[in-house]
Amino acid sequence: MVSTIKPIKIFFSAIIMLFSFVQFSNAQELGAENNGDVHHSNQEEKEFNASELINEHIGDSHDFHIADWKGHAISMPLPVILWSKNGIITFMSSKFHHDNTGEVVVEKNGEKFVKIHEQIYQINEGENAVILDNENIPTNASRPLDFSITKNVFSMLMSAIILILLFSAVARSYKKNKNAPKGIAGFLEPLVTFVRDDIAIPNIGEKKYARYMPYLLTVFFFVWINNLIGLVPFFPGSSNLTGNIVFTGVLAFITFIITTLSGNKNYWSHILMPPVPKALYPIMIPVEIIGMLTKPFALMIRLFANITAGHIIILSLVSLIFIFKTVAIAPVSAMFVLFMSVLELLVAALQAYIFTLLSALFIGQAVAEDHH
Amino acid sequence: MNLVAPESLVFWTTIIFVALLFLLKKVAWKPILGAVKEREDSINEALKSAENARKEMQNLNADNLRILKEARIERDAMLKEAREMKESIITEAKGEAQAQATKVIEQAKSAIESEKHAAIAEIKNQVAELSLKIAEKVMRSELSDKNKQIKLVEDMLQEVKL
Repeated sequence: MVSTIKPIKIFFSAIIMLFSFVQFSNAQELGAENNGDVHHSNQEEKEFNASELINEHIGDSHDFHIADWKGHAISMPLPVILWSKNGIITFMSSKFHHDNTGEVVVEKNGEKFVKIHEQIYQINEGENAVILDNENIPTNASRPLDFSITKNVFSMLMSAIILILLFSAVARSYKKNKNAPKGIAGFLEPLVTFVRDDIAIPNIGEKKYARYMPYLLTVFFFVWINNLIGLVPFFPGSSNLTGNIVFTGVLAFITFIITTLSGNKNYWSHILMPPVPKALYPIMIPVEIIGMLTKPFALMIRLFANITAGHIIILSLVSLIFIFKTVAIAPVSAMFVLFMSVLELLVAALQAYIFTLLSALFIGQAVAEDHH
Repeated sequence: MNLVAPESLVFWTTIIFVALLFLLKKVAWKPILGAVKEREDSINEALKSAENARKEMQNLNADNLRILKEARIERDAMLKEAREMKESIITEAKGEAQAQATKVIEQAKSAIESEKHAAIAEIKNQVAELSLKIAEKVMRSELSDKNKQIKLVEDMLQEVKL
């Protein structure tokens, strides 16, 4: 039991640390408010815009919004890391004071930055304020390379830490307990053996599956836990990482690289020398190559669309309360949200399973021996 | 959808995922899969050895039964043999006893016979002797006077019929 308690303790102390961070940023914000930054108070008078809210929530951001309190946003600042023309520049996102219009200019090392719709721009040298055109695109600023720890990156780091703590605890429990698994290992081991016996072995084959097990297990649990974190409606959850097409694209690309690198003679001969008359090669080879690329593309779109759709539905249901401007709709909304959340719990596991299954399938096709 | 700084997400996703993959591979997947495999092997091994033990037990049981059966057969054989032996011993003893008895009787008979013969011979001797003595005495008295001597001769002559 000791082995399971310890990571949990670490995890909670990490959360407490995060919250203390939040407190600190909050104090900073309040200070900023006193300095005359009053744009928040205008927000309440604005008409409620559901699509804006939903877009904001399913998108990424430079600080981790936690709640609004009396018109002030409470959020955890995250580090902004920019690679501008003059090198790497870092500062905390709280310096923008939640500004998304380009009004607050952050000056660092003689370079000026503004944030417009969560996008950070560097104002051209010699100018002091950003000038926007009709479509809110700055005319006198350019985007530096942005390697900031955004909300999604933060979420991803957190999930990685949770996974490492969880599974190293499981691994350690085996050193002490040689009998049937119990506690955390008893819960996670069936999942590990599920990935092995129901995903890897049937698709890749008894002989070759072992090499790909670390990837399949990592991708399965990584996607799953991030799906779950996304479903938690409050800090530190709620990020839409697995519903971000960039994230799913990177994972799909890694599957693609693994598939391509482990492709054997049989796999390549099917693509470059398909078993058709030579006259059809000009058609078949491009088709085969497109087929090679559509597999990871399907992986990317499937996960992105499923998770984003779930987030959008839940947020829309919540938005109903504000659209109708009546509390009477709240119980209905809450019931639908509960229903959707439970469904999304299933989808979270299902999509992780499907992503892993398809990855295994593609790898299996790449390493399959010739049957002809 | 607002894609904030996609390069950041690409960069961090790649770094974090690859780092996570290698870290988990080292600290988790290898030990976990190893332990699971080891335990599966040991369970299979245990099941197999249990099966073997069961089979052995069965064999042992069969052996036991066989041995028991053999023992019973042997016991029966021994009993039979003993009975036969007893019978034969008894018969033999009886025969011998019979023979012995016959022999003893025979001996006794012959002894009796010989004793009888001896006794008869003895009696004969004694009778002869006695007769002689009587005859002598009779003769002596008979022949003591003359008349009598003549009478005797006459009797005797009368007796002899030619």
